[in-house]
Amino acid sequence: MTTIAAHTSWMTGRQLRAIARQPAYLVIMLIQPVIWLFLFGSLFRKVVELPGFGSPSYLDYLVPGVVIMSALSASMWSGMTVLEEIDRGIMDRFLVLPLHRSAIINASAVMQALVCTVQSIIIVLLGWAGGAHYAGGITGLLVLIVTAVLVAIVFSAFSNTVGILARQRETIIGINSFLLLPLTFLSTAFMAEALMPHWMRIVANCNPVNWALEAGRSAMSANPDWARVGLQGGGLALLAIAVTALSVLMFRAYQKSV
Amino acid sequence: MTIQATAPVPAAAGTGGTLAIEAHDLVKTYPKGVRALDGLSFAVPAGTVFALLGPNGAGKSTTVKILTTLAQAGSGTAKVAGLDVRAKPARVRHLIGVVAQLSGADPVATGRENVMLSGRIQGLRGRELARRADDLLGRFGLADAAGRRVRTYSGGMRRRLDVVMGMVNRPQVLFLDEPTAGLDPESRSAMWAEIGRLAAAEGLTILLTTHYLEEADHLASRLAIVDRGRVVVAGTPDELKGELHGDAVHLELASDTAGDHVLAALARVPGVREARVEGTSLSARADEGATALPGVIAALKGAGVTVRAATVARPSLDDVYLRYSGRRFTDADQSPAAPATSGGSK
Repeated sequence: MTTIAAHTSWMTGRQLRAIARQPAYLVIMLIQPVIWLFLFGSLFRKVVELPGFGSPSYLDYLVPGVVIMSALSASMWSGMTVLEEIDRGIMDRFLVLPLHRSAIINASAVMQALVCTVQSIIIVLLGWAGGAHYAGGITGLLVLIVTAVLVAIVFSAFSNTVGILARQRETIIGINSFLLLPLTFLSTAFMAEALMPHWMRIVANCNPVNWALEAGRSAMSANPDWARVGLQGGGLALLAIAVTALSVLMFRAYQKSV
Repeated sequence: MTIQATAPVPAAAGTGGTLAIEAHDLVKTYPKGVRALDGLSFAVPAGTVFALLGPNGAGKSTTVKILTTLAQAGSGTAKVAGLDVRAKPARVRHLIGVVAQLSGADPVATGRENVMLSGRIQGLRGRELARRADDLLGRFGLADAAGRRVRTYSGGMRRRLDVVMGMVNRPQVLFLDEPTAGLDPESRSAMWAEIGRLAAAEGLTILLTTHYLEEADHLASRLAIVDRGRVVVAGTPDELKGELHGDAVHLELASDTAGDHVLAALARVPGVREARVEGTSLSARADEGATALPGVIAALKGAGVTVRAATVARPSLDDVYLRYSGRRFTDADQSPAAPATSGGSK
């Protein structure tokens, strides 16, 4: 067990160092949520006046939406890193070293979780500076970050699976462009459920991105519905385990294909 | 054929006569039905440099992948440092060093960071690891570049870094898969010198794959020629060349003539053997090539065949390859250029 932990920490450290040395990546990671926060914040400011929206301030409503959308859009690209490492021979180099196999998969998940946590904290602070109120306090914000991390793990594992399976950048780009907007807008990221068409509510109920949003938002409210938070958060956690298991299987398939 | 080891037996006490690598009847078929290995067998005595020589696609890299635990053979057995690679892959990984065809170095990390990570995974720690890393980086002329990101390295520097990464754990067996592919002649001869020094200094066993005949001839004390997934012949370079008896005679004919016609004419020339015709290219063996040549040209002229050029050469590994595989090495090696440098360009 200590071996896995040590190996995972080295492999995570390597990836974090790579990110820290690519300033363009860091800047985009920080600026993109800011744009979304203020773009959507200004554009949709008046929707709270619609009867039935249920939130007095759109910024209060928007912060969890941007946190989860950012977790989704950042983690979806994780398969590109895996592909690059396969193409450069880096993956094979690690596979002939006495490296604990799961450390490779774990490191990807840990790194996504760390990046997502930092990004979420920044968005929450920006929202707070812009006047958002977090009625649920620290507990609510922690639940929001945990659900964001789960979303990041689900979609990075999914992206890794696609990358190993298809072995083509274009496939990842195509799937991401196809999925990002529907997953975001078929959820309560920017619009209250009460104002959605009936069919869209049904779709949203099956959307894991929406589970994260509902759980996070409920925990951040003045009166959290903890049973629901537990149900949706638990569903998300189960999904994260399932998709990670799938990516491990794909990884084994890759090892057989070399 | 029986082969006596002409290279000195390993210096390490008590290991005399042991085998560092044993591959027995390896078969590997890839999903699309490509049979990469078709019953490949060879053995490498500990402490020697052994080359697998063959054209691209012969199965050399697949063999290295199986021996280094990266891939699994469909059938057959392989032992490295006395351990079965399928049964004990984790232990084998501690005892080997691997320099794969593609550089596995992380371009965003510095040379030293790459070496340190490999060392850490191999179980080295603290000051011992730092000393080993700096020592190797210095020996391979990378001391000054060690703090720079690998992205800025030249092809030759990357290759040397790959060897440093492979050597950090003091392996018993070092695998070098096409170590000089894509290098310019100067870097290549520098790499040869370094490999030669390594073999002598650390007493380790080196398995080298190459499609350069001179490389195998120059570096390896023993070699196996691989063609279409099988070892066609194995021995020391001198033994293999000695098998050929006599010089190689190559003739370039003016026109594409029927092979039988040419061979019938040559059969009457004394001392000329093993003649083959491929298109306008004719090759044969003769005990005294220079003496036999006038007779050969006269016989061909008599048969109405004009000779455009003629060369006589001492036996080379190319001739060995031709003799055992039935093809010229350069014809079998269809790749237009050296594939994949170290993957640096975008």
